[in-house]
Order: sequence, then structure tokens, then C-alpha cells
Amino acid sequence: MAIQFQQKPGLVAYLTVGDPDLLTTKKVALAAIDAGADVLELGVPFSDPLADGPVIQRASQRAVRNGTTLANVLALAKDLRRERSHAGLVIFSYVNPILRMGLDAFAQSAELAGVDAVLVVDMIPEESDAYRAALRKHHLQPVFLVAPTSNDDRLKRVSEVSEGFIYAISRVGITGAQQQIAADARDLVTRLRRYTSLPIALGFGISSAAHVAAVAEYADAAVVGSAIVALIEQSTAEAAPDAVGAFIAGLRAQRPVEENVAS
Amino acid sequence: MESKTLERSRPEADEATVTSGPNATAAVPGRFGAYGGRYVPETLMAALHELDAAYAEAQQDPSFSKELADLLHHYAGRPTPLYFAARLTEMLGGARIYLKREDLLHTGAHKINNCLGQGLLARRMGKKRIIAETGAGQHGVATATVCALFGMECIIYMGEEDMRRQELNVFRMRLLGAEVRGVSSGSATLKDAINEAMRDWVTNVRTTHYLLGSVLGAHPYPTMVRDFHRVIGIEARRQILEAEGRLPSAVLACVGGGSNAIGAFFEFIPDKDVRLIGVEAGGRGQALGEHASRFQGGSPGVLQGTYSYVLQDDAGQISNTHSVSAGLDYASVGPEHAALHDSGRAEYVAASDADALNATLKIARTEGILPALESAHAIAEAIRIAPKMNRDDILLVNLSGRGDKDMGILTRELNLQGA
Repeated sequence: MAIQFQQKPGLVAYLTVGDPDLLTTKKVALAAIDAGADVLELGVPFSDPLADGPVIQRASQRAVRNGTTLANVLALAKDLRRERSHAGLVIFSYVNPILRMGLDAFAQSAELAGVDAVLVVDMIPEESDAYRAALRKHHLQPVFLVAPTSNDDRLKRVSEVSEGFIYAISRVGITGAQQQIAADARDLVTRLRRYTSLPIALGFGISSAAHVAAVAEYADAAVVGSAIVALIEQSTAEAAPDAVGAFIAGLRAQRPVEENVAS
Repeated sequence: MESKTLERSRPEADEATVTSGPNATAAVPGRFGAYGGRYVPETLMAALHELDAAYAEAQQDPSFSKELADLLHHYAGRPTPLYFAARLTEMLGGARIYLKREDLLHTGAHKINNCLGQGLLARRMGKKRIIAETGAGQHGVATATVCALFGMECIIYMGEEDMRRQELNVFRMRLLGAEVRGVSSGSATLKDAINEAMRDWVTNVRTTHYLLGSVLGAHPYPTMVRDFHRVIGIEARRQILEAEGRLPSAVLACVGGGSNAIGAFFEFIPDKDVRLIGVEAGGRGQALGEHASRFQGGSPGVLQGTYSYVLQDDAGQISNTHSVSAGLDYASVGPEHAALHDSGRAEYVAASDADALNATLKIARTEGILPALESAHAIAEAIRIAPKMNRDDILLVNLSGRGDKDMGILTRELNLQGA
């Protein structure tokens, strides 16, 4: 299946799978979809998340410690696909767990699970030939990232290899919530539009309805990650699904009324 | 002269599998056989390109190599001696043992070679803020030293476990004006310090140079750091030819990330009769988590920007490691070593914590030399194999650093208190 954003702005919700446990992640994921998330990024916990800030580091550490693996993440994706056929499902990972499983074995089980796309944080287009070939064979879309430091050559290159959507990093830095969306973000999205007609999702530091509304002015979708993971950290396992559902519904609250459903 | 003949007889080019010469890098930047590459967040790509370009430009600039050579000579103390360890040789009763005395360099280890080179590059790039990781503290001290010399801001990331066991080096870094930031995540050792340095770099990449201390990380680091350490092998090869008129039977070096080893090995790679022996940390056992022997217990994977051998579990999570020496206590290894391993050009063995401690004691009492615990792993392997070799065999051991920093551990482990 291909990633589609049914609303504008689209909403992408990131979860670290297995934090605090697999069953809770499943309930939170369903709540997120039902509250209006178009796409879920299912984060594969990794022992050395060098692109992540403290919140996702702690979540990864908890999930690794309780034994969550890439295989568990794929099994969860399969469950979610069975229960919510319309949601976009993205596997979000560092490259090593995928290499350990094997590119083809991974892509095959991701396809069987009903996953739509894969985003690997430490995979750049230049290193991605074998990776993209495996994904293509199993009808999965490769999503790549662009950053404010990416020059136009790199934006072009990323545009050429990306499918589904492109993830634009709003600021120079690691994941984590912030007060304002950096001025870098609008400039990056504007530059990127010249090279792609794919939807552009903006992430890093988006944590409020005001942020989402601001992002909607120039990007197609907003990615909310650390704010959700922090909410799960602060909630009990029992309360987390409702808390996340309410939070995501709240993010939609300031959606500009004039926006119609996008194609 | 026999040495001249040997010079002339060296092959013109290295094997494709173990080189990263211009042709190889043009096709696939920074690949050593299957290993190496660039596995980093997109945010860092601009900085890696910038570094790559600055390094290529510097290599073409005679004033760069002249300034580096001057600093290596007048400031750091190159060339370092190649010393014949007569008493150790006599005691072992086999191969003749030579020590390449990188421990006599300014700051006490080979690390200064790379720090001076990258420091000059950072200055060329106009970056005034330097960050680095350190395990044993030797790279941190060398970085802090170069930052003091060049008037640059210096932040060193160091695992809290390593800060505890290499406390003297923490004090040295602070004395030199560096800020030492403790890292408590993971096993609070070198790997965790690199994660934190990478996060800093991702955040401050526009103003900051990451002065990576080993032949690790994304291209161009493994190639560039190797190049800055090649001087070790260039000198040692010339010196052994002067001393003995022939090449050694084997070159030995300890391998954490592998910077001193690749520096010692590289000039000898075309000399097919010279064995290259890398010594990893065997730690205190063979179970995952008890050692840092990537070539014994690891498998190919990606850690911190490069594809190489990695100690990991079945799900691809990186394992914790153990070594008595903080500088060898790391879950991956430089990608060029991975290629040398697979091609069979270099051999990789392990020495245990106990072997390294015994070797330290032995060389201290026969030669009056206190090696770093890291370097003691290479000496341990020399002590193991020398007695089985002929008296006309030569072992060239890279003594990569001195052991003053390890006095706390040695005092405890060797019962030196009131002994």
C-alpha cells in the first residue's frame, strides 16, 4: 500500500515500540489512529540511538531492556494492519537491526505484515542501493530525511530516491520538543518543493496544536514524536492510550477550517 | 645496501581490497572492501562533505604538510625511537623484540599525531569549537592539548566509568582548559561517549568540528585518521631496515578502534612476508559482554556511522563490552581492519585482562618501561609468541602509549599497596 495523507495537515505519530511494553504500544497505536493520526511511525528500539534526544533515548533503553526486537515490531504492525486497514504504517529504525535480520528477510516480513514504508535514520541515499532494491521487491516505500544543512544537490538526490513522503527535519539537532518551530523549517520545505511533488512531512520539535497549525501553512504533514513518547513516559500503562488519543485529537483542534480533504 | 633493494622491491600499488586510494574512493567513498561507508543522519552529511573537501585540499597544499611535519617534530617529538628490548628478548629466548616508542610522544601516546592533523584542518575550516570522545583519556588529553595550542574551545565526552578508572587523564584535560562532560548512558564507556559526541555534533554542526580519535565513524574519518598515523609505520619500517637490514617477521599492535594498529601496519601491507597481528581485548571471558574481541565474537553490522565487525546480539542490539583497558573497550572496530581481517592480510588475536597485566609487570621489570594497559595487550602477544620463534625472527611491537594513567588500576590489580 502507499502512504496517503487524508487530511491537511496530515498527522504522523511516532511511537517507540515496546515502551513500556508491547501490549501498551498496541493500545496506544490504535488510540492514535482513532484520534486522527494518518500515519504511524513504529520506532524500533535500538541500543545506540545517536540521533535521538533524551526522551526517545530513555524510551529506547526501556524497550531494549524488556527485550523488544525488530521481529516484535513487525508482529505489532501485522496486528495493527488487521485492525485498522486505512492507517499508514512506517517502520522507523536505525540500520543495524535491519541488517542483522537481513535486508530481504526484513522487507519480506514487513510486506507480509502490511507495512507501507520504511524510514532508516542513519541511511543516506548514497548507501541505499541494496536497501532500496529489497524494499522495491517487496512493494515498500523508502522514506528519506532532509535537514536544514542539506544543500540543493542533496535535496535533489533525496527526492530522486524517496517514495511515499519526505521527512524534513525542522532544525539542526536531535529529536525532542521545543518552544518554537525553527525558521530553518520553512526555508527547507520551500527549497525541497523545487525537487519533489511528494508530500513533505515536517518533524523534530513539534508538540502542540499551535505548532501543527503553523506547519500546515507550508508542509503537508506534521510528525509528532518526543511529545507522545514523553506523555507515555509520564502516564501509567493503563492511562497511556487515552492520554495519547486525547493529545492527538487536541493537535487537530486548531486545524485551519478552510482546509479541505486533500487528494 | 640491502635496505635500498627492499625499498625498490615494494609493490607499486596496494591490493584493491585493502586500499582506499583515489579510484576506490571515487567509486564508493570510504569503502574498504565491503566495509566502511557512511551511515549517519542526513544532518551530518554537509559537515562530512566539508571535511572531505578540506582534507583533500589540505593534502594538495605543501604548507599544510610542512606545518604538520614541523609540529610533529618540534612540538610532539617525532620521530619516536625504535628500541631493541634486549633484556626482554633474552628472557623470552626467541624472536628479537623491537618497540616503537609512541609512548615517548608529547601527551604520552600516538593520539597526538591525529589531533595535530585534525586541529590544523579545523583551523582551515574556520571551526573554533572542537568536540571529541575519549575512552582511556589519551585522545581527550591530546585533543585538549591541541585546542590549547590553537586557542580553540574544547569539549570532551567521556563515559563516567572511564572517568573513574582514568581519573588522572580527566584532571589533565581540565588543567588544559577542556570541559569534560560525563556520559552515564549505556555502559558509560567509549561507545556511549561517541553517541553523545555525535548528538552534540548533529546539534552544533555549523560551528563545530568533531575531532574523532580513531579510525572509526563515517568516511572520511577512517581514511583521514589512518593517514595521520601512517607516520608510525613509515618511521618504523625505515628504522628497522637501518637497525637490522631486513624487515620484521611480524608487526604487532593493540586494536581498540584500531588507530595505532593501522598506523603501524599500513606501510607494511605490501610487504607480504611481514605478518600483521592486531591484538584485541580478551577481557575476562568469552561470553558476550565479557570482552571486546570483535573478530572472535562479532559479526558485520553498523555502529556509529561505519559498517564493520560489531559485537551484537541476535536482534542487532549492540553488546556491552569489557576490558581492563578503557581504550580497547569498544563494540566495533575500524572498517579497514575488517577488510584486512577478511582478506587474511592481517591476523587478529585476543589477550586477556590478566595477560595484559602480566605483560605490564614483565616489561616494567625487564626494560624499565611502563606501557599503557592498551599497549600491554600487544606486548602480551609478543611475549606469547616470541619464545616459539627463531632467534633471527624480529617482532616489531607498537608501544602506543605510556601507562602513568593506569597507576590506579595497576596498584589495585597488582597489589602494589605496601607490597
